[in-house]
Amino acid sequence: MQIPAFGDTLTTYLVIAALLFGIGFYGLVQRRTLIGMLIAGELILAGASINFMAFNRFLAPDPTVGQIFTLFIMGIAAAEAAIALSIIIAVYRNYRTIDAEDVAELKG
Amino acid sequence: MVSLFSAEGLSSLVFVFIVITTVIGAVIATHSERLIRAVTGLAICFIGVAGLYYYLNSPFVALMEMLIYVGAVCVTIVFAVMLADPNPEREAGKGSVFTGPLSFALGFILFWGLSALALKTAWQGPATRVNDGSLEEVGKSLLTHYSMAFELISVVLLLAIIGALVLARQGRTPTGGE
Repeated sequence: MQIPAFGDTLTTYLVIAALLFGIGFYGLVQRRTLIGMLIAGELILAGASINFMAFNRFLAPDPTVGQIFTLFIMGIAAAEAAIALSIIIAVYRNYRTIDAEDVAELKG
Repeated sequence: MVSLFSAEGLSSLVFVFIVITTVIGAVIATHSERLIRAVTGLAICFIGVAGLYYYLNSPFVALMEMLIYVGAVCVTIVFAVMLADPNPEREAGKGSVFTGPLSFALGFILFWGLSALALKTAWQGPATRVNDGSLEEVGKSLLTHYSMAFELISVVLLLAIIGALVLARQGRTPTGGE
């Protein structure tokens, strides 16, 4: 039985990253609660990180750059998640809901 | 093509399993009605992404992915779900035009365009490599060439922690004494 060596080609990783990005974008548009949007945003960041790591493994002359960039993306994403979640809790405290369509006081 | 029962074939099989785990986790994360299940799907997806990083010759980044995303970010989101107590998503009908088929079409167009771009480009490998990308090299360049960004990200994380504490200090009781 023969099987292609999937894990050794650049395009496999790029297609997986595009799939994660597409699913994340779909979730970001379709979700109505703020936490659901945050989860979809994390998926988009994961897709971007996979892209960086794939290019780093197959195309970069200096194979440390992509790893360091991915580590920085992780740090920024952790900070973003902490801030966004505390904002969501503050919104919940004032509005008693985290539905994005009910938090519309500034809507004209 | 490699034989299924050689070492490369088995590793290729495990790779397919990891990819399926990632995609199923992502679908659960965007499609489940209850947010706590979405967080679980996100954790499954990140475990799969860590496996992909392992296949990309970076066990250190895979470990960090497990530690930071599965261990910290998902647990933080679970705490927020418990504190904010969200209702299950309401029935369709009240939503805007973007919920439903249009959002699926948008996501699919993005996926299709990006993967067509990836498949049609003739990628050229590097002429030479300056190092092997091991953990030792990563540490060296993190403390020499990227030390400024390294310090700045510490400051960003410190500010994020303090800001999160200031914003969410009072828990779920409303301010102003209702």
